[in-house]
Amino acid sequence: MQTPSGRTPPNRNATRTALACAGLALGMIGLAFASAPLYDAFCKATGYDGTPRQGPAPVAAAARAGDTMLVHFDTNVAPGLPWKFRAETRTVAAPLGETQTVFFKVRNTATVPTTGIATFNVQPGLMGGYFVKVECFCFKEQTLQPGETMDVPVVFYVDPALRKDSNTDHLVEMTLSYTYFASKNGEPQTAALSPRGGETGRRDF
Amino acid sequence: MATAAAHAGHDAHDDHKPSFFARWFLSTNHKDIGTLYLLFAFCAGMVGAFLSFGIRMEMEEPGLQYFSNPATYNVFVTGHGLIMVFFMVMPALIGGFGNWFVPLMIGAPDMAFPRMNNISFWLTVAGFMSLVCSLFVEGAPGANGAGTGWTVYPPLSAAGHPGPAVDFAIFALHLSGAGSILGAINFITTILNMRAPGMTLHKMPLFAWAELVTAFLLLLSLPVLAGAITMLLTDRNFGTTFFDPAGGGDPILWQHLFWFFGHPEVYIMILPAFGIVSHIIATFSRKPVFGYLAMAYAMVAIGVVGFVVWAHHMYTVGLSLQTQSYFVFATMVIAVPTGVKIFSWIATMWGGSIRFTAAMHWAVGFIFLFTVGGVTGVVLANSAVDKYLHDTYYVVAHFHYVLSLGAVFIIFAGVYYWFPKMTGHIIPEWAGKLHFWLAFIGANVLFFPMHFLGLAGMPRRYADYPEAFAGWHKVSTYGGHIFALGMFVFVIGVILAFRSKERAADNPWGEGATTLEWTLSSPPPFHQFETLPRIVDEPGHH
Repeated sequence: MQTPSGRTPPNRNATRTALACAGLALGMIGLAFASAPLYDAFCKATGYDGTPRQGPAPVAAAARAGDTMLVHFDTNVAPGLPWKFRAETRTVAAPLGETQTVFFKVRNTATVPTTGIATFNVQPGLMGGYFVKVECFCFKEQTLQPGETMDVPVVFYVDPALRKDSNTDHLVEMTLSYTYFASKNGEPQTAALSPRGGETGRRDF
Repeated sequence: MATAAAHAGHDAHDDHKPSFFARWFLSTNHKDIGTLYLLFAFCAGMVGAFLSFGIRMEMEEPGLQYFSNPATYNVFVTGHGLIMVFFMVMPALIGGFGNWFVPLMIGAPDMAFPRMNNISFWLTVAGFMSLVCSLFVEGAPGANGAGTGWTVYPPLSAAGHPGPAVDFAIFALHLSGAGSILGAINFITTILNMRAPGMTLHKMPLFAWAELVTAFLLLLSLPVLAGAITMLLTDRNFGTTFFDPAGGGDPILWQHLFWFFGHPEVYIMILPAFGIVSHIIATFSRKPVFGYLAMAYAMVAIGVVGFVVWAHHMYTVGLSLQTQSYFVFATMVIAVPTGVKIFSWIATMWGGSIRFTAAMHWAVGFIFLFTVGGVTGVVLANSAVDKYLHDTYYVVAHFHYVLSLGAVFIIFAGVYYWFPKMTGHIIPEWAGKLHFWLAFIGANVLFFPMHFLGLAGMPRRYADYPEAFAGWHKVSTYGGHIFALGMFVFVIGVILAFRSKERAADNPWGEGATTLEWTLSSPPPFHQFETLPRIVDEPGHH
């Protein structure tokens, strides 16, 4: 409690050291938060973790003739969105470097208009850097009227450069996966049907 | 704890103590706060041990015996992990021994910011209370408590736990994390500014070095955890989507952030133990520690490299081959400074006149067991092997060898080594040795079979398992009983120490004990070093 005679009060140096340490700690908190947008940007730039690239159509096909990639399509709808969602074809054989267009069908089975937005990634994750989307319905949200069906396109090509990467040069097939989530203004909705927050998700014991 | 004996031996000026409430609840004295931390760590450790007992009882037989709901079993696992890491090992090694002995060893009258020291302690206690609260509120649907594992991975910790238990656990980490960061600032400031005249950094005892490196690790890693759990909290409650793919987030980001904290955290738990074991080995070999500078900088190297190896916990998330190769290599590099430490301890004992006191038993036992854990760590560092062993009991065996048999053994070693200094009482040597042998045999019987279980494919965090694993699980549970028996011997030893009339000398360990705390009375005066000690250049004064 009391400051006894023997105790040296913290001097200026000590205060300076402590402030420097506190600054370091605050800086690390800042970095932790900055990591969210930085990680996002990093994934987009490098295709890390199965994040497909986005870009213009290829200028010239630089691929060996006959070198194709089997692209499978996987479609999911998250709980909370009353939609049906499927690809018009389950698989396409995409020649490397050639632009492909594939249509997906989405249908609103509810009696009210609903809005959804799709997220996407590719497997194997290492293919993210070589799968380029030229155009995709998933870049913006869609609103469907009750019972409405919509055909939505994705335009993509597989970058032939993957044959020069020792991680991916042996790959002959891959999967493009979509999941539709309920959305409002581009923000995900924690709708009443979603497991968290909503009444239906909580079970009494 | 420092009571009657100290009153007699010292003048009133040194030893004027405040009233009971002011002394223990408003404490600003580094030794009292150290004592509080040690008592707190013991109590929290008992809770953590109780939870692990629940785990071991359940795993003794296949099928569900004690837990009707496997989610509750996961809550026990999570609680055991969080409590042992944040509320037992860290308070004991950093708050407890660090507060007690860093100022004594560097010849400082107290910590730089005594009142902040007090705040650190009570924040840790508040954090523990929050964690205990989380056990009694709903977590996963239909079960009480957070069953997320200590790694708190989303989506299990977000969508999988709609109840408030995870929020309580997050607040527990916030509070204890804030306490630890303040404590780290205090240690760094104290060590950098308040060393006695003549004590350069290169003459500073290795325990103080260990606490300095640990404090920097805390300062750099804990804020990242604080940030990550804050994001998780807002994801859970305020509709953000840092880790939720529905809004463009990524659960893998959590793993990166968590392990950027989590890997340095394991060194935070073991580095102070490295410091303590160096002193014990040197004391009871009657030799200065071998390779003092290499020992100090090995700890610095472990600390630095510890920050760039985090993804070896995440080999299964789909890292590219090059990324995996880097993390395999960087992880294995850590074996080099660690090897420097192991060999230097052995070289310290080599040719020394060794006394096998209780503390020395624990220290030598530590070297052996930590090396076993280190070797399985090198095995797990290989990404190809790790994909097979990931999340199996092999990993459980590995980290219990380095932490339960590493850090915890050194906590007991430190207690047996410094108990006479801290209290003026002497724990009977036979109690310390009996405790050691029970713990050594018990812990090996408890954890060694887990290697076999893991190699056979037994996954972590399941309350039930196929019949094929039953044999080794049963053996493992018997080991737990033996270890628990040792704890009774420890408590008996402490009780006997306080009942005995025998008082410890200022330096009960004789000529090998060269650090400054042994120049003071046992227990030390309430305020020490009113005249600062002057460090002269003499060999062996590390």
